[in-house]
Order: sequence, then structure tokens, then C-alpha cells
Amino acid sequence: MYNYGFFSFDSKDELLAKAIEYWNPGKTKFWQDAGIDLVIDRREGYFLYDMSGRRLIDLHLNGGTYNFGHRNPELVATLKSALDYFDMGNHWFPSVARAAFAEKLVKSAPGMKYAIFGAGGAEAVEIALKTARYATKRRKIASIIKGYHGHSGLSVATGDERFSKIFLADRPEEFVHVPFNDAEALERALKNRDVAAFIIETIPATYGFPMPEEGYLKACQDICRRCGTLYIADEVQTGLMRTGAMWGWQSYGLDPDMFVTAKGLGGGIYPISACVVTEKCGAWQLEDGAAHISTSGGSELGCIIGHQVIEMLQRPEVIANVQYVAEFFQRSLAEMMAAHSDIFVGVRQRGVILGLEFDHPEGAVAVSRALYENGVWAIFSSLDKRVLQFKPGVLLDAATCQEIVDRMEAAMPRARALLRNPRRAA
Amino acid sequence: MPVHNDAPRLQVPDRAETTARMKIDRAGWAVRAYARYDRAAVMRIVRAVAEAAHQAAGHYAEWAVRETGMGVVKHKQLKNELSAHPLVDFYEDMDLVSPRVDPARKMVEIPKPAGVIFALTPATNPISTLYYKTMLALLSRNAVIFSPHPLAKTCCNDAAARLEAAAVAAGAPAGLIQCVEEPSVPLVQALMASPKVQVILATGGGPMVRAAYSSGTPAIGVGPGNAPVYVDPGADQNAAARRIIESKSFDNSVLCTHESVLISIEENRGKLERALRAAGAHVCTEAEVVRLRAWLFPEGHLNTAAVGKSASWIAEKAGFRVVPSIRILVAPIEQVGLDEPLTREKLSPVLAWATAESFERATGMAQMILRMVGAGHSAAFHGEDPQKAMDFAAALSVYRVVVNAPCSQGAAGFATHLPPSFMIGTGYFGRSSVGENIGPQHLVHWTRLAWNSDASVAMPDMSGVRAPFDGSAAGTRASAAPRPRPVAVPAVADGGGMDRDLLRQLILQELRELTRGQS
Repeated sequence: MYNYGFFSFDSKDELLAKAIEYWNPGKTKFWQDAGIDLVIDRREGYFLYDMSGRRLIDLHLNGGTYNFGHRNPELVATLKSALDYFDMGNHWFPSVARAAFAEKLVKSAPGMKYAIFGAGGAEAVEIALKTARYATKRRKIASIIKGYHGHSGLSVATGDERFSKIFLADRPEEFVHVPFNDAEALERALKNRDVAAFIIETIPATYGFPMPEEGYLKACQDICRRCGTLYIADEVQTGLMRTGAMWGWQSYGLDPDMFVTAKGLGGGIYPISACVVTEKCGAWQLEDGAAHISTSGGSELGCIIGHQVIEMLQRPEVIANVQYVAEFFQRSLAEMMAAHSDIFVGVRQRGVILGLEFDHPEGAVAVSRALYENGVWAIFSSLDKRVLQFKPGVLLDAATCQEIVDRMEAAMPRARALLRNPRRAA
Repeated sequence: MPVHNDAPRLQVPDRAETTARMKIDRAGWAVRAYARYDRAAVMRIVRAVAEAAHQAAGHYAEWAVRETGMGVVKHKQLKNELSAHPLVDFYEDMDLVSPRVDPARKMVEIPKPAGVIFALTPATNPISTLYYKTMLALLSRNAVIFSPHPLAKTCCNDAAARLEAAAVAAGAPAGLIQCVEEPSVPLVQALMASPKVQVILATGGGPMVRAAYSSGTPAIGVGPGNAPVYVDPGADQNAAARRIIESKSFDNSVLCTHESVLISIEENRGKLERALRAAGAHVCTEAEVVRLRAWLFPEGHLNTAAVGKSASWIAEKAGFRVVPSIRILVAPIEQVGLDEPLTREKLSPVLAWATAESFERATGMAQMILRMVGAGHSAAFHGEDPQKAMDFAAALSVYRVVVNAPCSQGAAGFATHLPPSFMIGTGYFGRSSVGENIGPQHLVHWTRLAWNSDASVAMPDMSGVRAPFDGSAAGTRASAAPRPRPVAVPAVADGGGMDRDLLRQLILQELRELTRGQS
């Protein structure tokens, strides 16, 4: 009996049946077929607990949502404190929390002027794309092939057709896709001077964190400037200290016209996102400040959490910890790759953003499962299943990092067996 | 006008506490790397930090007196200096880093540092304690996080940052030496209970030490002192008086090792009184004692305003005048123990003075004082009769009796051959886990490889075996890591007595020069 007070389930099987019946049969069955029978129950720090009570170390973090770990005590205390005074707020009016958080965010990002809030990443991307169209009076949007920026109307059209075609949301006439790490292709796409914006994740997450080649992002930004196209950095997974700098674009020496942040901005406990823009881009707010409206965007509770998230990330202790975690995995994964070079063939890393390459088209699916069986939860890249997304949190301690490596080491023989004979292993 | 209330409308989580938890994790990373440094790299860092500490000794002495209002700058500077190079000199030969091989006992011993030390520093000796605990941590390859006394938090934070910078410059991983910016009681309690803290070094008031022991985390806490000092009629009275006054006036008596109650024999009273006066003491009249007691112990509890203040300042506050050259106040009393507050710890240059009709009675008085406060700490004996010294020490609930030396420096290892220390272990008498002067050896435990003792099972030759040193494998920048090196592992020689004696002489000499006293 799993009694949660508000509702209860007799067993995990009953829950799974109800999830299939009432919630999402495809998603539920997908994980069952993949051999991942996870239903997350309790969660604390960087640990997740399945309904069975089994503990998993979380290296998925929902793309950095749990950057500070699950239910970070300081953030939980902050939200509880905020709930004693505020609620979501009235989006029509200025508010202390929104003004304070906007100031905090803008001051963390040199060159920026306004923070425009949403409730999730897609909404922030939506704001960025609309803002670009306003500022340039152009309609076209460029993005990279296998890019990913969310699932709303405009944002989904920038991404892979897997997510747009099914809903007839692909709009090839307005949304141009160019290959990643190919600045010349971008130049060709922009040269007619009819593209409003180029949006790109500073390191494309869902694509498995392929690293931008030396100078690529800067070249893209220069091309944009030449062609009158706005450069939008999607920082949903690369912001918030995950590259070792507050914003990933800072670490590449960029100065984008806009950037988008979400996920970890809400500390994993209250959704909030933001599109941060330069003065020029934000001009529509002077013409008609209510042109974009969002009841839950910039909720005051979210603003208080986001404010605290930025404050915490700016502490020298956190910055030092990120460096230690990054260095630790750089070294220990290099050692592990040397020992398992038959299947483990590459590490892509910037800060605590890592993609682990395996020598098989579905390699990361097998490794994800082997790790799951060994108490570590890390997800493969949806758009490149050779690559395992490996996303340690910024507050991980030395002991947990060592345990991750020990568990990975233990999982390698199982991963190898799964890759050789996926049927039998299943 | 509307009434404004500027108190925060929202409760902000204690940033100092949450940041301190981050510091613990940072220390965990640092110590992970540092625990694999070899001896040469460790000593290079230790010396660099000692030098930085030495250079700033005067700066922080002045700062600490200014910030806390306690003590004497030049004495604090001396204590700070002693907690730098001379402290390292003392432990120069104690290798807590290299594995030891003992072929005779068929045993190999591998040192394992504790990890993260949570250390408290008192208001009375803020910088010297910070220096001392830092050196202990570095010598034993541990990381340390300080929670300074709130009265001394600014100087302590600055000093910790300076020592950390010196350590990093000498190749240490970042994060070995950190300090809590805004100490508070809830913060200290939270950190003490953190499972990521391996040991607490508690110096401070009794409640703090008890909190450390109650936290569930291994702790080394030391109790308060209240040293009785006995002067035998057979002692050189002038020398004894000089030593006592030299000691008692040092840093206005803020060390826990200071003499608290003088005990002498009735018939010898006149001689000792003359000697005390000649050495710079003011012996109070009966009326002055009444005033002194009332001011120093209102309601029976120590007036903390007195801590670390000068004799003349205290006399003035108590309501009588002494000439400014007076170094200590001596208060003759009739009783000792619970009924006489002046026989408690005073942390100020006030020495209670009781007389007894016999040596046995004097010993009993000393024990009565310790029964009240100061058990497990220190006592002092001045005299030439070895049997009396033995009987005195055997009877008392203390773990060190300083003989013919100033107790404040002597018990702390600066005028005797005891280990130099700002943590005087008060052992089981004083509800503590260690009864000797705390040193770096208390922060290391050893993994012992023990071979079968049967003669038919041979222990192999260990000389070609790789030692567990690998800075680069421990998460630090390659440039900051010492190169792994094979160690020759002879059985550790016990100390090299000559050098150590020489060293102590040098320390003593420095002490004499700086205090211009006689010890």
C-alpha cells in the first residue's frame, strides 16, 4: 500500500496501469520496454528513490532543473517563507518580487536591459522569437538541425521535425534549419537579410552536447550582426553555472541580443523562465507592454526562488565546487574511457555538462539501462542515442562523485553485454 | 505618519549556515586531494603558511585587541608567532604523512587524515588559536573550517583568507582553510552535527565544548582551566614570584593555562608577599578584596568585561587605585572552592591567594579548587622537593603540573618540554577525550597492515612498494599537485632529542626576549 494521504495505490503495478489508463500510455510503456521501471517517489539532494525504495543517483537532473539537487533545503525554506506572504501575484501589476528578480537577472548578464518572464522554457523561447520579429520586422527564424527549444507553437517549429510534424506544426517556409558547426551554411541562410533571429543552444543538449567548434558560435554571432539577424542564446541547459560561468555564452565570449533561461532557474521547486533582452530588443515593451501576457509567467513565488537561485550561484563556494566536480569527472572519465575503449569512445565536456559517446547507434540506451541497474540515473540524448547525457549537479560532494564513478565502473560489463546482445539481456 | 517596520517581511534562510555547508563540501574536495600529497609537498605548504602567519602576526595581534578589547598587542603577537614557525619546528620530525614499516612487528602503518575539521576559536586567543589549528590541520593533511567567536570574526576571517591564499600559492588545493563569515549558535550546532565533518576541535566555554561532544560527531574539546599554583617554603621565593607574575600578566591573563589561585604555607606568608610586591604585584587589602569580588563576580558569575583587561583598569572599575606599573592584583582570601568566587577562573590578571598550615592542606585546597572548575587542566608547583612535587601531582585531578616555570606558557608547551599547544587536553577529569596537549597526531588515524605473527609466515620487503601519494589523481590541477614519489620507509626514529631540545631553547629564548621576563 502506497498511501500518499491525498490518494493511494496498492502497488506500483496499479500505479502503472492507472498511468496508462488516464495519463500517457505511450510514455509509460516506453520506459517499461526500455527496462527502466522507475517511478520516482521520495527525492532528496542528488538522490531519487523509486517506489520500491531503491535509491538512484540523479545525473539527469531534468536538464539542470535539479542543478542544486532535489528539494534543496535552502530553496525549500525560501519557498515556504515566500508562501507565508505571497502567491503567484497579479501579472498586470508591477511587483516587488518581479522587479527585484529582473534586476538580479539583468545585472548577472552584462549588456542586457530587461528580463521578461515566463513559466517554462518554451514560453521564454516564444517571447524571444516574437521579440525578434518585432525588433526586425522579419518573419523567418533560423535554427540548427536537431536543435531543440521547446514544444510551443513557434519554439517547436525551430526544432526537430519529430516533435513538429506529428502536430502539423512544422513551418518550413518560415523556419530555416542549418547544420550545426557550419557557419557558412548559416551565412547562406541569412544572406538575403530576411531572417529575424538565429536561435541556438550554446551547447545543444538534446542532440547530446556536441561541442561547438572553436570560434563557431562567435562566427555565427558575427554573421547575424552582418545580416541584421538577432542572435538568441538558448541557455536553458547551459546557463546557471553549468558551463563554469553563470551563462554559457559568457564562457564563449559572446554578447547575444537575447538569451533564454528556465529549468534550474526555478530550483526544481517552482517553475519560472525568463527571456533576457538588450534595450533595443525590448523596445516593444515601450510601445505596448501588454502585447505579451502570461498569468503564470513571472509568478512572484517563482521570482523569489529565481532570485535566490542566482544569489546562491554567485557564491564563491558554489563556483569552487563546480570546478572541483568538473575536474573530477574530466579525469576519472578519461581513465574509464581508457579502460573501456571498446565501447566508450568519447567524452564531450564543458563544466558540468557532459556527453558520453558510445560506439553503437543505440549505445547510450544500453548504458543508461546498465547504469540504472547499478543505481545511477542518466538519460540518453533523444536526438543522438549514441550519446549519454551526463549532468552532475553544481553542489555534488566528493563522496557522491566517487560513488558515481564506482557505480559506472561496475555497470560497464553489463553495458557491454547489453550492446552485444540486447535481446537476451532484456 | 504611518508606522514603518523595517524588519524583513519574509524569513530569509540563514545564509551563513547554508554557505557554511557549501564550505564543508568544498573542504571535502580539497582534503580529498590533499590527503594524497607527500611529505615534502605537505611541509612546503606548512612552511609557506607558517611564514605568512609569522609575517602577519603583529598585524593580527593589533587587530584582535582592537576588535575584542582583550589582551595585550605585543603578547598576542608573540603567541601568534609561536603558533607559526616554532610550532612547525616542534613537529618537524613527526611524520604524519609517510607510511611506516616495522619489520620487527611485521606491520605497516598508513596514516589516514581525519578529513574535514570544524574548529572553534575563542575571543580570548582568536588568531593564535586559528594559526595553531591551521598548522595542525595542514601538518596532518586535513582541511579546516573555522567558526570564530563573534567578537573576533573579522580578524579571523581575514587571517583565514590570508593563510588559505598562502597555502594555495604553495601548491595546496583550494579550500583547505576556510572561515564562517557570520557565526551564530544555530550555525555552530548545525555544522557540528553535519555528517560531512569528521572531527570538531572545540575551544571555548564549557557549554560549547559540551555541545561538541553532544553533536554525535567525533570531537576533541577541552574544558576550562583554573590552575592552582603552589609555592613551597623551600622554593626561591623571588624567582617563584617573578615567574608567577610574568605568567599571570601575560596577555592580561586570557590563556586558560594562567595561574588562578596561589596557595602557600601560612608561616611563609610574609616572605612571599614581599617577593610578590617586588615583582610587580599589588596585594589587596581586605576592603579592596571585598570590592574586587563584588565587581568581578556580581551575582557570583564572572563579569566578562574584566576578561583580558589590565590590572590597573580592573582596580579602577572595582573602586580602588593602583599605580599603572602594577602588573597583577593579588587578592588574599580565607576560603577556597564554591564559597569563594575569586577561586574560579578569572581570565584577567587577578590572582587569588590562599594560605594553608601544611603542604597536605595546601594540596587539599588545590584539589578543592579543581573540583569546582578546572579539572583535567593544569597546575603549577614551585619548590625543590621532588617528593612534594610527586605528591602534589599525584593528588590533583590535572594532567600537567608545571614545575618552577610560568604556568601560562609552561602548560602550553612554551616554557617546558610539553608540546606547544592552544588546546590543553583536559582528559577524563575534564570530560574530554584527550588528556595531553593536542597536536597534529590527534587528527590522523593509522591503517595497520599486520602480518601473521607466526615466524613461518614471512613479511615481504616493502622497500619497492609504491606509497599512496598522487596529487594529480586527487582532483587538483596538475601544476598544484606534488609529484608522486616512492618513499624510503625506515622505521620512524623517535624525535632526534638533541634537535628538539635546541628548538625548545630557541623558543624559550624568543619568549624571554619578547617578554623581557624570566622563566
